[in-house]
Amino acid sequence: MALDKIQLELLREIADLHGVPEGAYNIRSDGQLAGRATTANIDIVTKTDKPGIDIYIKDGTVNESMHIPVIIEQSGLKDLVYNDFHIGENCDVTIIAGCGINNCGSQDSQHDGIHSFYVGKNSRLKYVEKHYADGDGSGERIMNPTTVIELAEGAYMEMDTTQIKGVDSTKRITTAKLAERATLIVREKLMTHGRQVSDSEFTIDLDGDDSSANVISRGVARDSSRQVLVLRINGNARCYGHSECDNIVMDSSYVQAIPEITANSVEASLVHEAAIGKIAGEQITKLMTLGLTEAEAEEQIVAGFLK
Amino acid sequence: MLELQHISYAASDEDGTKEILNDINLSVNERFVAITGPNGGGKSTLARVIAGIIKPSAGRIILDGEDITDLGITERAKKGISFAFQQPVRFKGITVYDLLKLAAGRRLTVGEACDYLSRVGMCARDYIQREVNASLSGGELKRIEIATILARGTRLSIFDEPEAGIDLWSFSNLIAVFEKMYEDINGSILIISHQERILEIADKIVVIAGGRISEQGTKDEILPRLMGGVGACGRLTAV
Repeated sequence: MALDKIQLELLREIADLHGVPEGAYNIRSDGQLAGRATTANIDIVTKTDKPGIDIYIKDGTVNESMHIPVIIEQSGLKDLVYNDFHIGENCDVTIIAGCGINNCGSQDSQHDGIHSFYVGKNSRLKYVEKHYADGDGSGERIMNPTTVIELAEGAYMEMDTTQIKGVDSTKRITTAKLAERATLIVREKLMTHGRQVSDSEFTIDLDGDDSSANVISRGVARDSSRQVLVLRINGNARCYGHSECDNIVMDSSYVQAIPEITANSVEASLVHEAAIGKIAGEQITKLMTLGLTEAEAEEQIVAGFLK
Repeated sequence: MLELQHISYAASDEDGTKEILNDINLSVNERFVAITGPNGGGKSTLARVIAGIIKPSAGRIILDGEDITDLGITERAKKGISFAFQQPVRFKGITVYDLLKLAAGRRLTVGEACDYLSRVGMCARDYIQREVNASLSGGELKRIEIATILARGTRLSIFDEPEAGIDLWSFSNLIAVFEKMYEDINGSILIISHQERILEIADKIVVIAGGRISEQGTKDEILPRLMGGVGACGRLTAV
């Protein structure tokens, strides 16, 4: 398959890809399939009842990765896609997803991705998701990702999600259900600027004994952007849940963090930490004594915070 | 090198105005000048005034003949003033390597960065990629702070109680760092300290108490009086 310059640019931003990836992949461009490859262990099947794909990963698949980037260049396109990942038992795989929008037009471009992960017993999954948008049109760049996670006994999933630049509006919903001994680790990084709006809501059910979840969210809100984050963990068994949100507010931005931890079992142990504040004055002063201007100091602090 | 002329600083709070520094006149031309004196005497405030963090209520600051009183922190840093904080600042996500690169103001190889860390007695490979955050102990942060000053290599390096928060085992290491710095430096070191072994390196000792310079002179003139329990620096005998 051939990719044009903007497509390559978006792929590099969202997936660190410098061309067509190796291994399994499915590239969706402007709502259409733009390229696909399967492997002996990873099969990709187009859904027949709704837009999207089913991904089947065989039991015992290890050290394989797959890329499922989505790129949108068409102004006014509203793209809705359902991607269901069926991961067998005893696997160890990495899935790299991402959405890049380049909207140079006046109409809104929107991508709503609904990703469901069914992770089999004792499998390990690393899921990396990156959202990026650019383009100088007046149309908004909108992304509404929904992530549904079901972890079977002993399954382990790490989810790294990043949205650093250019997305005007995002409504992110993540739900997870964990069986016995399952572990979920989520790292979310978010930066909003201009008049961007971000709503993120996590609901994690720790259903099995010895299940655990750790959600770490770091956000920076600049200009007059808004961020609202709900971190909800329900401890329904002998489990451990920890959530942490740490936010920097700048300029005239608005950040609301809503922690919610519920113990439905006396054996549940749940911790929530939340901090919102502007950049500490001492941090800026210290970097200024190294010769940075105030603006350069702020930039370094924010870049480090979101690294 | 550095000249302070009639520096005064008053701070206001709900109890009224308090004079923290009162008509300080001081020249720093020697290679190693130590400021000592009782806690609350105004030493740290004076260091912050020189670095540009605090603006004096009165007086002028002259660096190499240039009046820098109205310059900000960044401009003074660029003119060659470095300042090691008494309480080093923590940064989430910024690594020790990042901080050393920012301090050096240039590309720094891992080898060069490691060299600065080794000079403050740190095993570089254990630290270079660590974040300068709460996972580091107070003593580790202090040594990293000193390493950033070494990386800057400016004409005037100010240290605010470098020994504070450093354990005894690391202390002798620290003395060696300053002894070596004395040999290597192409400018001046101004150091606030209560430690006799640091004062012993100094070419000049300045005693500040109650916001004023109570005495200054060579270490041979000042140290015996301080050690004699004149009272200006009671902690000296503690180590």
